[in-house]
Amino acid sequence: MTETSRGLPERPLSPHLQVWRWHITMACSILHRASLFALYVGVLLLAGWALALASGPEHYACYTDVLGSVLGKLVLFGITVAVFYNVAYIVRQSFWDLGKGFDPKTANLTGVVVIAFAIVAAVVTWIIALATGAI
Amino acid sequence: MSTSKSQFRTPLSRARGLGASHHGVGHFISERVSGLALVPLFIWGAFAGIRLAGSDFDTVAAWVAIPINAVLLSLLFIALLVHLKNAIQVVIEDYVEAFAPKAALVIGNLFVCMLAGAAGIVSILKIAFTGAL
Repeated sequence: MTETSRGLPERPLSPHLQVWRWHITMACSILHRASLFALYVGVLLLAGWALALASGPEHYACYTDVLGSVLGKLVLFGITVAVFYNVAYIVRQSFWDLGKGFDPKTANLTGVVVIAFAIVAAVVTWIIALATGAI
Repeated sequence: MSTSKSQFRTPLSRARGLGASHHGVGHFISERVSGLALVPLFIWGAFAGIRLAGSDFDTVAAWVAIPINAVLLSLLFIALLVHLKNAIQVVIEDYVEAFAPKAALVIGNLFVCMLAGAAGIVSILKIAFTGAL
C-alpha cells in the first residue's frame, strides 16, 4: 500500500504569534482576531443588557451601574474600538475578495488606515456621547 | 490511522486525499456575508448606543419597543453571532490540536452563541410585544 492509504500527512497548525517578524499587515491580522474576542465579550454584554431590560427597572439599573463604572466604561471603550476596527477591516477584506489591494504598498497603507479609523471613530463616538450628556 | 486527525475519515476519502474539502467554501462565504451585514448594523448600533447610554429605563424600553429598532437589534444579534461563531471556531481549529479539547471548545462556542442569541432576541421580542414589565 502507498503512503496515502494510511491517511494524510500531518497537517500543520497555523503559525503561532512568535514566529512572525513584526509587520503592519500581520499586526492587522492579529488585531482582527483580538478584536473578534472583544466583540464576543460585547455580544454577551449586549445579550445581558437585553435580559436586564426585559427583567424590569431594578435589574436594568443594577446592570447599567456596572457598565457605567470606570472598569465598565473601559471595557465598553475597548469594544467600541473593536467594532469600528471590524467595520474598516470588513471593507478592506471585501476589496481583497474583489482581487484589489494586494500589492504590499496598498496593503500597508490600508492597514494603517484601518487601525487609525478604529481609534479615531471610537474617540469621536465617545466625545459625541460626552457632549450629548450620554455618559 | 490511530491519530485523532484521521478518525472520521473513510478509506475512500483517504484514497482521494482531498481532506475536508467543499464545506470550507460555505464557511468562508458565511463569514464574508455576515461581515457585510455587520457594517451598517454596527454603524447604526454606535448611534443607538450614544442615544441610549444616558437614558432611563422607560426611555430605553420605549425605544426597543419601536418595531424598526427591535428588528435591527435582532438582526444585529443574528449577524454578529453567525460571524463570531464562525470566526472563533476557526481560531480554535487553528490553535488547538488535540481532538477532545478542540471538539469541546467548538461545541462550547456554538452553545454560548446560541444561548446569547436566544436570550437577546427573546428579551427584545418580549419588550416589543408586551412592554418591559
